[in-house]
Amino acid sequence: MKAISFVRQFIEVFLAIAIAPLFTGWIAKCRAWLQNRSAPPLLQPYRMLRKLFFKDVALAKDASIFFRATPYVLFGTMVLAAAIIPSLVTDLPLARVADSIALVGLFATARVFLSLAAMDIGTAFGTLGARREMMIGFLAEPALLMVLFNAFMLFGSTSLPSLVDGNRAHQSVVDPSVLFAAVAFLMVLLAENARIPIDNPSTHLELTMIHEAMLLEYSARHLALVEWASSLKLFNYACIGFALFLPWGIATNGADGLGPLLIAIASLTGKLVIAGAALAIIESFSAKLRIFRAPEYLAMSFLLAVLGLLVHLLLGA
Amino acid sequence: MHNSELIAQILKILAAGLLLISFAMLSARRTQQLITLFAWQGALLFISTCLVAYGAGLREMYYSAALTLILKVITLPWILNRLINSLGAQWDTEQLVNVPTTMLAGLLLVIFAFGLAQPITSIATTITRHTLGIALAVILLSFLMMITRRKAVTQVIGFLAMENGLFFAATSATYGMPMVIELGVALDLLVGMFILGIFFFQIREQFDSLDLRHMESLKED
Repeated sequence: MKAISFVRQFIEVFLAIAIAPLFTGWIAKCRAWLQNRSAPPLLQPYRMLRKLFFKDVALAKDASIFFRATPYVLFGTMVLAAAIIPSLVTDLPLARVADSIALVGLFATARVFLSLAAMDIGTAFGTLGARREMMIGFLAEPALLMVLFNAFMLFGSTSLPSLVDGNRAHQSVVDPSVLFAAVAFLMVLLAENARIPIDNPSTHLELTMIHEAMLLEYSARHLALVEWASSLKLFNYACIGFALFLPWGIATNGADGLGPLLIAIASLTGKLVIAGAALAIIESFSAKLRIFRAPEYLAMSFLLAVLGLLVHLLLGA
Repeated sequence: MHNSELIAQILKILAAGLLLISFAMLSARRTQQLITLFAWQGALLFISTCLVAYGAGLREMYYSAALTLILKVITLPWILNRLINSLGAQWDTEQLVNVPTTMLAGLLLVIFAFGLAQPITSIATTITRHTLGIALAVILLSFLMMITRRKAVTQVIGFLAMENGLFFAATSATYGMPMVIELGVALDLLVGMFILGIFFFQIREQFDSLDLRHMESLKED
């Protein structure tokens, strides 16, 4: 194993941590434009984080060590996930540690910790949010796994980097099952990241909130870490989507040197800009579902992913 | 050779799109939404027919593609839109019973359709033979949609979607039907649409709603 690949691994993780809030800010800006509001500056999430890091922590009197540890666990899992997902290069030393099924497990770990921390304080809102989050989570996870199985079937591997390599090797072929998997993945992405058909990321005062309800008791640096972790989660999901469906520009195995890396960074930026705008459009054009419609929505995404598998098997592409 | 392979590849993707739209129709609640989806289905059908015509070098298939464009993408959705506007039903929503179960049934239908198409696919020689299973699935899904719906307008849309599936099946199994038959079917569809339009008004006059449940009781209470 070469040292240079560790350097690139480090660059990738560092870049993910650095630009994840920017991606969230870009989506917020696009949404504001679409809704005819004056948009917040692009760097608003960073200012928010900076402000929060300088504040003093207010902890509830009954908060256990668990409550205080959770922000660090969340941030850690998301950084680890960013290290596994090939957003820039596929030659990742850390990616050998875990395949994409373990990646789903990482997301599940983060979810369990956040839900337990929300219940730890014992407020009504926290418990409510945690329960709803678990309901969404247990429905979204199989759908995500099914989407990943679609890709596994196509390229015969469970590790994301080799999926990208395989995809790049015969890129002229677009399998029909990809269509179903992409739609299903988009639905899971919206549900998992507290986006509009399931949860409204900009609400703080309503009984409908899910993600925000769990964060109500967090303050200062804890809140900053949790917020940063959730923008990293969105960034990670976007990168999984790119790796599965739009793998162009990612520096594949054997493409050494600075050139492919720069191309990869440029293409990642371009894809993020377009994906952010697309997410904002989807969010502006759809209404939030009632919470009892969420199982229906997620069951649909699961069935679409299964349909993709079926089409691949039966059409014999 | 490479060209025809590419066409077959694109056709498969279009067929997958048709199947996707069928599932979207199965779960759509608004009548307006259904009509839009129906128009999209027609558009995909138009593109795929053009591609088959180009790939197989058949001139007359361009005519049937043009017929699809005029009838199923422009005229029928326009008539349907006008109908629901004058019926005041454009914002109608439908209480669907248990969408996941319906979708699961749809999934089983897809497997069944592929099984059914397998023997035909193995002996057909058209470049579109692989999509026959999807065409049969679209027909069966439209059937399912007609069964699960209770409103008159949505049942008619299901019927029209079924015709789309049949047309697609014809193009994928045997490069389409003879021109005379296609013209006949198109005329039938158009006339049928007009008659059903008059029926809608009659049904509403009788029962004050377009819900077909009222037609199940034979006597007035």
